[in-house]
Amino acid sequence: MIKLNNIHKSYQTGNNSLHVLKGINLEVNAGEMVAVMGSSGSGKSTLLNIIGLLDVHDQGDYYLDGNLIKGMNETKAALLRNKFLGFVFQSFNLISFKNAVENVALPLYYQGVSRRKRNKIAMEYLDRVGLLPWADHLPNELSGGQKQRLAIARSLIGNPKVILADEPTGALDSVTSSEVMDLFQEINQSGITLIIVTHENDIAHKTQRIIKLHDGLIDTDHKNGRTKIETNAVFAI
Amino acid sequence: MFDRDRWQEIWSSLAKNKVRTLLTAFGVFWGIFMLMIMLGSGNGLQNGVTHGMKDIASNSVFMWTRPTTEPYKGLPRNRRFYYRNEDIKALKDNIEELDIISPRLEGGGRRSGDNVVYKQNAGAFSIYGDYPQWNLIDPCEIISGRFINELDIENARKVAVIGERVYEILFEKEEDPLGKYIRINGVYFQVVGVFKPKNANMNFGGDKEQSIHLPFTTLQKAYNYGNIVGWFALTSKGNLPVSIVEEKATKLLKERHKVAPNDNRAIGSFNLDKEFRQMTGLFAGIRGLIWVVGIGTLLAGVIGISNIMLVIVKERTKEIGIMRALGASPAKVIAQIVTESVVLTTVAGYAGLVAGVFLMELVDKNLPAPTAQDTMFLHPVIDFQVAVMSLLIIVVSGVLAGLIPARRAVSIKPIDALRYE
Repeated sequence: MIKLNNIHKSYQTGNNSLHVLKGINLEVNAGEMVAVMGSSGSGKSTLLNIIGLLDVHDQGDYYLDGNLIKGMNETKAALLRNKFLGFVFQSFNLISFKNAVENVALPLYYQGVSRRKRNKIAMEYLDRVGLLPWADHLPNELSGGQKQRLAIARSLIGNPKVILADEPTGALDSVTSSEVMDLFQEINQSGITLIIVTHENDIAHKTQRIIKLHDGLIDTDHKNGRTKIETNAVFAI
Repeated sequence: MFDRDRWQEIWSSLAKNKVRTLLTAFGVFWGIFMLMIMLGSGNGLQNGVTHGMKDIASNSVFMWTRPTTEPYKGLPRNRRFYYRNEDIKALKDNIEELDIISPRLEGGGRRSGDNVVYKQNAGAFSIYGDYPQWNLIDPCEIISGRFINELDIENARKVAVIGERVYEILFEKEEDPLGKYIRINGVYFQVVGVFKPKNANMNFGGDKEQSIHLPFTTLQKAYNYGNIVGWFALTSKGNLPVSIVEEKATKLLKERHKVAPNDNRAIGSFNLDKEFRQMTGLFAGIRGLIWVVGIGTLLAGVIGISNIMLVIVKERTKEIGIMRALGASPAKVIAQIVTESVVLTTVAGYAGLVAGVFLMELVDKNLPAPTAQDTMFLHPVIDFQVAVMSLLIIVVSGVLAGLIPARRAVSIKPIDALRYE
């Protein structure tokens, strides 16, 4: 599903060049649930952004679902994000003036689905994350856990192949974090590839594979033995 | 265009800071409002002035004689001369561009007191000897009877067509003047018509309502003018400029009356067409100035909109980043922001347009009805086409105002937009 060959990325800040990714080689298969760990500044978010087509790499080859991503314009990237990828952010990133249904339906809006149809689909996804009674509420009327579940519903509605989550539990307490991770596992079981950036060990251990980054390079990459759904992991490989 | 999400977004971003939005919109409102007021006033001025010139044949030239200023062919300078009946035929025969020729001779007596008498009533009126063609140069409305005709000229009939005011002074109320005889400078004339001038602003000597038209030939004979012609009114054919006629007639008349070719004073002339053109040019200038100032004011408003849109886009950077992460293409983002700008500009501009038009209509309604004389301001309204064009300008400027902020919004990488706080 995702294949990275020798990916480099550096940022220019004034005269200084900050080399963040120093040659990442990584392959993530369809249906995998991967945690990316690392200390801050190790480049884990940058890696996620490059995979999510929100940022562009400087060097190396990136294949998404077999397609080489290179010199892509924003319009094409937007289309791919919309069709292939779902995003979940630490700070939820919900649109404040749209209610729960509208927020969930937003990716379909950009696909040009009619309002009636996309809201109907959005209701199904809201139901799936247990937020149906809150359909008409605005984001600021929801709790943190509810917001993140809303964001997950939004990431799912476009039927993506990969969901990218950047510290999805970073703003949540441990109980809701656990709920969110359960939801992610459920999603993963339906066959969607998940890449979760986190620095919390217990979160990472709920995935099947943990990749540790250190200073822009992959430090360790091992299968997680303690994952609850080992069978699925075997199936994925 | 008519999808709810787009309008919801526009509304939410404009309503976030209502005072700011309102103040910005006011800039455009004021620009269009001022433009409408100025255009309306310009129209009012033009209508007022053209009303003063209405119904007179605008392509006419009037020519009279003055003492010569150059000696020529043995004749001294400062010589007085008169046009003659023969000049009428000569002008007709030699100037092919000539359309109407109406010679006129002015009868005297008005300045020395009451020159017209009917029964016990008397008054001082202007007396003109005219051809029927005069009515084509300076048309009048015949209230009763008729104007002078060809038979009057041919037979030098002693008939008179009197002005409305003349009738009021000489005759009793309700009295039928037709067929009655009035005494003009000692000679009796039968009244055959009463007229009212269509244009009371342009006068040739006295007040037209207080004037009497006699057949040209009759006036010459009755008061011993011989074959003298006072002055000519000439018009040109079709769309030809009357200055051609003026030029040719001047040359011809100079030749016929032994006036030095370089004597520019001897033949007096007044070219109405030229005056008209000057006036038209003046108004075109005023109109141009109005547009320049109006567009300038509007531009200031539009720049304000653009500025505020930039601020809004900056404030919404993160939101736009989220939308782009979820698959909003740059084109979609640009369309959204441009629509927002167009909506803001159009609503404000349209309000200004309506307010301006409404105010001008109000002024028009309360303006005193145009009296015959001295109307300088009339119907200060805005043409429909101008209003439509202004609306078009508003929409286009809204698009332009939105483009810069929209480009700014998509020029940031989505990830930078997402990180923006």
